[in-house]
Amino acid sequence: MRHNVGVSTSPVELDEPQVDDITELATPWVTIVWNDPVNLMSYVAFVFQKYFGYGKKKAERLMMEVHQDGRSVVSTGSREAMERDVQAMHEYGLWATTQKADTP
Amino acid sequence: MSGFKRHRRSGACVATFTVFEADLLRSLAGQLIELLRNESATAAVQNDPLEELLDFSGPTTAPDDPVLARLFPTAYPDDEEAAGDFRRFTESTLRDGKAGAAAAIIDTLEEAGLSTEPQDGTFIDVELDEEATMTWMRSFTDMRLAIATRLGVEDGDDDYWHSLPDDDPRAQVHDIYNWLGYLQETLVHSAR
Repeated sequence: MRHNVGVSTSPVELDEPQVDDITELATPWVTIVWNDPVNLMSYVAFVFQKYFGYGKKKAERLMMEVHQDGRSVVSTGSREAMERDVQAMHEYGLWATTQKADTP
Repeated sequence: MSGFKRHRRSGACVATFTVFEADLLRSLAGQLIELLRNESATAAVQNDPLEELLDFSGPTTAPDDPVLARLFPTAYPDDEEAAGDFRRFTESTLRDGKAGAAAAIIDTLEEAGLSTEPQDGTFIDVELDEEATMTWMRSFTDMRLAIATRLGVEDGDDDYWHSLPDDDPRAQVHDIYNWLGYLQETLVHSAR
């Protein structure tokens, strides 16, 4: 978010981020949902809407990716956030894994 | 056989089961609970007895049972250590959640009038609010995953299951699997 013009910023000493932190930030993690022969297409799309709050269109596009390509990246973020997402997907019975985002 | 419908006024998902169907559902939920508790989610035995007593953490390796391995997949396929940590911190919670969801189905059916010795010809009406709807949906999924794993269900194998003689127990179990799929489909549709 942008600050209002006129708000002065005093020079404060910042903790210099360590190189590891930078790498961590630069390389996000992803949650991948894999195709399985059991889960219904309607259910998978519904879970994406319900849990991630995605709109119907996006949820159905991701579901079709899982169905046709065998997998889909359904969320991106910090490793901790992805672990929460994977756990939630397992709660819903979807087959999910996490890994570092593919290098561009 | 009828599935779920959305009750227009209350927004609840409602279904009427024959007593046979309700009893079958209760039995499937009971079997799921038993399975989840059977191979307990405990850490591998350690050598230090004191450490063993004080260790309340979960397991670090995938369950031996293929059904449990499917219900609790490995989160890091290429990193055994991270996978073990993830499992240790999540599997017990996930097991409790799944067992709790199945128990909630049993409770709802019994509150709706399913007795221990159900009488033929009676019906069980269930009405699920938003939270209960999600609980039932998750548990239907677990039951379907469990049955499909035991049967070896694969994509596009419907012809095979239809080709089995009616008295083949696997054909009967597959019919139950399809019925659960129908319930799930109508429940998702009603919840939208």
